[in-house]
Amino acid sequence: MTPAQSPGGTPAVAAVAVTKTYANGVRAVRGVDLAVSAGEIRAVVGENGAGKSTLMKLFYGLEQPGSGEIAIGGDTAVLHGPGDAIARGVGMVHQNLMLVPSFTIAQNVVLGVEPGRRGRVDLKAAVEETARLAEESGLQVDPKARVDQVSVGMRQRTEILKALHRGARVLILDEPTAVLTPQETEDLFASVRRLRETGMTVLFISHKLREVREISDRVSVMRAGALVGTVDTAEATDRSLASMMMGREVTLEVVKAQARPSGAVLRVRDLGYRPSDAGVPLDGVGFDVAAGEIVGLAGVEGNGQTELAEILAGLRRPTAGVVRVGGTDLAGAGVAGHRRAGIGYVPEDRLHNGAALDESIADNLVVDRHDRPPLSRRGRLRLAAVRAHAERLVADYAIRTPDTAVPVGALSGGNMQKVVVARELSARPRLLVASQLTRGVDIGSMRFMYERVIAARDDGAAVFLVSADLSELLTLADRLLVIKEGRLVGRFDSTRGLTEKKVGLFMLGVERHDRGHIGSGLDEVTTT
Amino acid sequence: MNAVVGVVFSSAFLAAVMRVATPYLLAAFGGLIAERVGVSNIALEGQMLAAACTGALVAGHQGSVALGAVSGIAVAALLGLLLAALRLHLGADVIIAGIGLNLLASGGTAYAVFALLGDKGGTSGLQSGSLPRLHLWGVERIPVLGEILSGQNIVTYLAFLAAPVVAWLLYRTRFGFHLRAVGEAPDAARSVGIPVRRVQCLGLALSGALAGLAGVFLSMGYVSFFVRDMTAGRGFIALAAVFLGGLRPWGVFLAALAFGAAEALAVQVGTLDIPPQLVSTIPYVLTLGALATYAYRRRRRSNAEPSRA
Repeated sequence: MTPAQSPGGTPAVAAVAVTKTYANGVRAVRGVDLAVSAGEIRAVVGENGAGKSTLMKLFYGLEQPGSGEIAIGGDTAVLHGPGDAIARGVGMVHQNLMLVPSFTIAQNVVLGVEPGRRGRVDLKAAVEETARLAEESGLQVDPKARVDQVSVGMRQRTEILKALHRGARVLILDEPTAVLTPQETEDLFASVRRLRETGMTVLFISHKLREVREISDRVSVMRAGALVGTVDTAEATDRSLASMMMGREVTLEVVKAQARPSGAVLRVRDLGYRPSDAGVPLDGVGFDVAAGEIVGLAGVEGNGQTELAEILAGLRRPTAGVVRVGGTDLAGAGVAGHRRAGIGYVPEDRLHNGAALDESIADNLVVDRHDRPPLSRRGRLRLAAVRAHAERLVADYAIRTPDTAVPVGALSGGNMQKVVVARELSARPRLLVASQLTRGVDIGSMRFMYERVIAARDDGAAVFLVSADLSELLTLADRLLVIKEGRLVGRFDSTRGLTEKKVGLFMLGVERHDRGHIGSGLDEVTTT
Repeated sequence: MNAVVGVVFSSAFLAAVMRVATPYLLAAFGGLIAERVGVSNIALEGQMLAAACTGALVAGHQGSVALGAVSGIAVAALLGLLLAALRLHLGADVIIAGIGLNLLASGGTAYAVFALLGDKGGTSGLQSGSLPRLHLWGVERIPVLGEILSGQNIVTYLAFLAAPVVAWLLYRTRFGFHLRAVGEAPDAARSVGIPVRRVQCLGLALSGALAGLAGVFLSMGYVSFFVRDMTAGRGFIALAAVFLGGLRPWGVFLAALAFGAAEALAVQVGTLDIPPQLVSTIPYVLTLGALATYAYRRRRRSNAEPSRA
């Protein structure tokens, strides 16, 4: 166990025997001693519910410890709220970014500590200050752009600038890469390293061990509220960290038998889409997904994969082309029609489209089947059957909850996603469309999802998997497509020996396959 | 038709538009501030009514128009705080709470007038007086324009000044910054140490005060007495103006002015040989038409928006 002193003298932040018990009796953090020296990048890893986020909230004053002490810059600090933490030089970038969408970047950076005299805000000074901070830190932003019109990466840089503007010497990053593309992640890491040069202490929370090993100096592992240990990153491997996190040996390498594809289930031909909103148009998209295979779709985010997935789910209507599932032409069919055709859909944004957060787990698990036996009879819901159905799925999918009556919104990200996946897979779809299946999900749940998706494939389902995580695609997919600017630019009929780097070149448009290769072997499908 | 056109372009009509638009403008700015702080103020109507009644009663009893006006505004601001308390501390639904306050104001004012004066209709028996009109020295002598601009009630000038003041408040001051941040992203505001509830309470009090000024104008400027339910739906029309104006100060200004013009038109056309029932529907028809146009245009705009590459 690491003692509460760090080699570099006074720690920048420290927790001494900190325990936090929530009002509902959950002991989120128990007896944690953690010391991070100035100028260090410290990763804190652990499964969902391991207490990482709670520990960070204690450092940022969002929660107060039940016993033990928080020390900042060597002094014991009692933090009543974020204001106290900010005043002591602690800044935090939350996982769901805390920005005002209609404000400009500069306005967000200065919000709460605006320049200007006598109640007025000096907007020009705000822009200048933001530009100066951006220049010094290498975090590139456009100070005058509205936050809702810039990329997620720039929003995140805005959050970091916000902390810098408040004079932060300690920066807490709560799963910063969950929403970033690989390129944006690299840029973020470069900036974080640059901040370290200026003496910034960084606490970096993540699930992704590869990123942790890339960016951090040391890694602290938490499990079930306790600190399991702290190791130098140079001495850690994915395997050793994962086993510390899980308390047993785990790997993400899943056992996957050779796919045995049979006939094509999904046929997409010459699909075109002109969005009526701020979506990405699609052009001439054509591919097949056969029963018993997983086809992955790679691409830099915002190149049409969201639109394509939503078209397949029936949420958007294509403006040209044919989509067929089995023998059913889906032209003009609504969402219910798509579901009847046997399509299951795991949306990329489970908070908005995947589940009704205020409703119970049991209700969320029946929304697609509540209107027929055995769950309902003569128009009346059979509550006992609904509960039994929910209890069965909760057990099958290892959803961690005390009760099926708990609202889905109260679950952790991984468990929330399990509810969605449980519902979609238990419907035994002919075609499963899954977007960002494991975004923001811990390793244990991730592996579980992988196994389930492969099991569904082996049961004869066609799986269309959209992901921003290339290692996930290369692990799961039997075949891989690459999309760029609404067109397919790459097609790999085997993922064996395929590297992330190679796919990345297609994603960025450096290489592309010709149309003949992408469209080869697709039979003619005409509208009926 | 010529008669209508003649009416519309007369200076008397334009002066009437300013006068009639006054309560719409003030109440709409009140509604705008509440909307921007994230709590819909459905109670504008009731706040206006309570202020109108309080103003007339206090002015009549104390013999001071100024004291009456201040009391009216204060009562409306307190109703704003009451709405804040119901919504933010007790977690009541903001629409239900607002409707409750409107009913409370309607019944409460009628009861207060009857209890104090023994009159079921209003305070016409009470000599409460009205707020002063201002004659703008210099402006008065400009032909046509002078007739329109000068000699209006002091509150009318305040109402027209409210647009730039509210715009400045929202976009240039620290308070306005915090107010908009709280309304749009309360979690973000909280995370940078802005006292979210305090800002919301202040915003709703200010919203109520503006509605109060509109109410005081009705009973102490427009006429010089309080009549039961004299606001006649102006609070709701003002609320429509808030959305029609796209939640922006100058948009709200134009929308409220248009509603004022419609009502003034109804009043003026009423002197002509047109069925009065038909005439009195003008403001409401215009409200519906305007909201439909607004919705249609917004949809077209979102369709026409260029796609991201």
